[in-house]
Amino acid sequence: MNFEHTEDRRMLMDSLNRFVSEQYGTDVRNAMAYGAEGHSPQLYAQFAELGTIGALFPEEVGGFGGAGFDISVVFECLGRGIVPEPLLGALLVGRALMLAGSDAQKEVLGSLIDGSKLAALAHDEPSAHHELNHVATTAKHEGTHWVLNGVKGLVSFGEKADWLLVSARTSGATQSEAGISLFLVPGQSMGIRCRAFNRIDGGRAAELVLDQVQVPADALLGSVGDGYSVLERVRGYALLALCAEAVGAMDVAKDHTLEYLRTRKQFGAPIGSFQALQHRMVDVLLEVEQARSAVINAAAAIDEQDRVKREKALSAAKYSIGRIGTLVAEESIQLHGGIGMTWELPLSHYAKRLVMIDHEFGDEDHHLARFIALSQTH
Amino acid sequence: MDLNFTPQEEAFRDEVRAFLAQNLSPELSAKVRAGEHLSKAEMEGWHAKLHARGWLANHWPEEWGGPGWNAVEKFIFENECAVAHAPRIVPFGVSMLGPVLMKYGSEAQKAHWLPRILDGSDWWCQGYSEPGSGSDLASVKTSAVRDGDHYIVNGQKTWTTLGQYANMIFCLVRTDREAKSQSGISFLLVDMTSPGIEIRPIITLDGAHEVNEVFFTDVKVPVANLVGEENKGWTYAKYLLTYERTNIAGVGFSVAGLEKLKVVADRVQCNGKPLSQDPLFAARMAKVEIDLENMKTTNLRVIAAVAGGGAPGAESSMLKIRGTEIRQEILSLTRRAMGPYAAPYLHDVSDAEPPLGDEASAKAASSYFNNRKLSIFGGSNEIQKNIISKMILGL
Repeated sequence: MNFEHTEDRRMLMDSLNRFVSEQYGTDVRNAMAYGAEGHSPQLYAQFAELGTIGALFPEEVGGFGGAGFDISVVFECLGRGIVPEPLLGALLVGRALMLAGSDAQKEVLGSLIDGSKLAALAHDEPSAHHELNHVATTAKHEGTHWVLNGVKGLVSFGEKADWLLVSARTSGATQSEAGISLFLVPGQSMGIRCRAFNRIDGGRAAELVLDQVQVPADALLGSVGDGYSVLERVRGYALLALCAEAVGAMDVAKDHTLEYLRTRKQFGAPIGSFQALQHRMVDVLLEVEQARSAVINAAAAIDEQDRVKREKALSAAKYSIGRIGTLVAEESIQLHGGIGMTWELPLSHYAKRLVMIDHEFGDEDHHLARFIALSQTH
Repeated sequence: MDLNFTPQEEAFRDEVRAFLAQNLSPELSAKVRAGEHLSKAEMEGWHAKLHARGWLANHWPEEWGGPGWNAVEKFIFENECAVAHAPRIVPFGVSMLGPVLMKYGSEAQKAHWLPRILDGSDWWCQGYSEPGSGSDLASVKTSAVRDGDHYIVNGQKTWTTLGQYANMIFCLVRTDREAKSQSGISFLLVDMTSPGIEIRPIITLDGAHEVNEVFFTDVKVPVANLVGEENKGWTYAKYLLTYERTNIAGVGFSVAGLEKLKVVADRVQCNGKPLSQDPLFAARMAKVEIDLENMKTTNLRVIAAVAGGGAPGAESSMLKIRGTEIRQEILSLTRRAMGPYAAPYLHDVSDAEPPLGDEASAKAASSYFNNRKLSIFGGSNEIQKNIISKMILGL
């Protein structure tokens, strides 16, 4: 047993933390996160140059990491700065390519790792409510082409993606695990209507309407109807990344709140001297440490071959982070009092991100139910 | 970062399992699993088996008869013992007094008392709490007045766990009435058979006799039984409280308790299906299972952090709070799982033959009530929050 990061990971963490704190000061970050682009293309390119995206992938596809703890280190650093850059899209689409891509499709990986292209997973749909098997979008084989029809929402940075990984039904009922196929589609394909907007926690997302989108036969990723197992693995990476990001954000929210308790005075004393507030703060501390352990468990499980063991650890982590992230956000605002309600305070943006992470790739309730279902299959 | 045990750690775990398979009788294990109280002879017998293997005082240095284990090995041992439903090691001599004597005792005291802890010659109990001194431990009133080669002790101790079996008690006594509360306390070793000592049982809400009151009336204690210096006892008392608490989270007990809960919830029927498939009950079980999975890693992280040396300080407070909450939740769910059959109050296990309701129902409620103590003793969980607030958060 060993709870130390390797020297390489420590160096990666140090350089990323430095880069993030230098480049993502609150005002700059907010201007980007809530601006027209939702992020900074220049800084995204610099992340790639620093090897941040490469760290998410193993050597055989041009990266230099790719283990669970590489991914958790990167996203924890991003969380510390609530960095709105679209690295998650690169991780998810890149992983799908690794798992099921043809040799030609895998060539896209290089452009994701060097940051020259953006990618997004276009899987969620308006009525899915976190259920991975819900795919109403259809794909029909017509001659040498596939024709896609349906609505995808929400797609993170969907308007800017050079590549979209689209899930569509080639057979079966809307809720069926079988019959889902995946397609690697150029983002600017004819027939894609995009309704893009800023997110309340920063960054951009879009609802994409696919109206008779024609893609060539070789856009199919993997075999027809077998997309679900790939999606499940891909979502596993999303869960790990989001959980790690949340722990980074929690640490900062906790530090800011603690500092406020030490300095804010009421009734002639620092409010941190009041036991009612001390005990609430201790609860936050205890829960953040449990969240950190959940991420360690998830990172250790991501390459586990036993599906039930792996997915249970991932759902356990996302359940924990959903519950604890919301708690940390709400307690941090409460302990700050009125000032915690303001846009001006950096903390409020961390709180928003922590709450909204629970809305991505399955919330607390979804993953608790999934953990139970997985337990009963074992 | 690697959560797997090394081959050496796995080999060690196998060695512990083999020892338990050979030495822990199915009858004893079943009694522990059922939550029954053990007799003095059963506890002493288990100590003797561990001592024969050199594993009783597993955190003592080799010089004094410890096995020289590191923090991970201690964790593995404690976890395996709990999962196998082995009796817990009675901590008062081995885990509490032993380390204090090693650090602060005289050479003569070490040479005399330490071997007697190991071979079972003495059964120690703890004389800390008093009727007016629960969480506020430094408000000790029991007095010790020097009279030639003796101290004369007067006062009362309470919550003395398993004191009915003890022949020795280590006490915090006030030797200086003028000093502020934390100074003026001394650490004294008292023979329970001395004239002037009276012990009375306290029956807890589950009907059990585990704890006692101990009264001291002009009890003569040789000055040779003073540990360290007069009026420095608070330092030793605090050392005892923070020393060697890697097991304070009780993760092994929770793992064993959860395993038992799952078996019970699969067996108990509700609406024609196992209770484990009831959505709300399943959700409660899943929540505590996930908390426990996180807690296991948190516990190991703390162990790894202190493996380099030094006793865990305020981190043990973190483990204590969450660890006891998890244990209490598991016991609470086990009680709830019994439905109405949690109600029968059986004085003797034989009263439950044949079982009334599920076989686990006999002790479910009493174990639950008995273990409300977990969040109160060893410094209540609120006191632990005060400690964390001061020591970790700096508030």
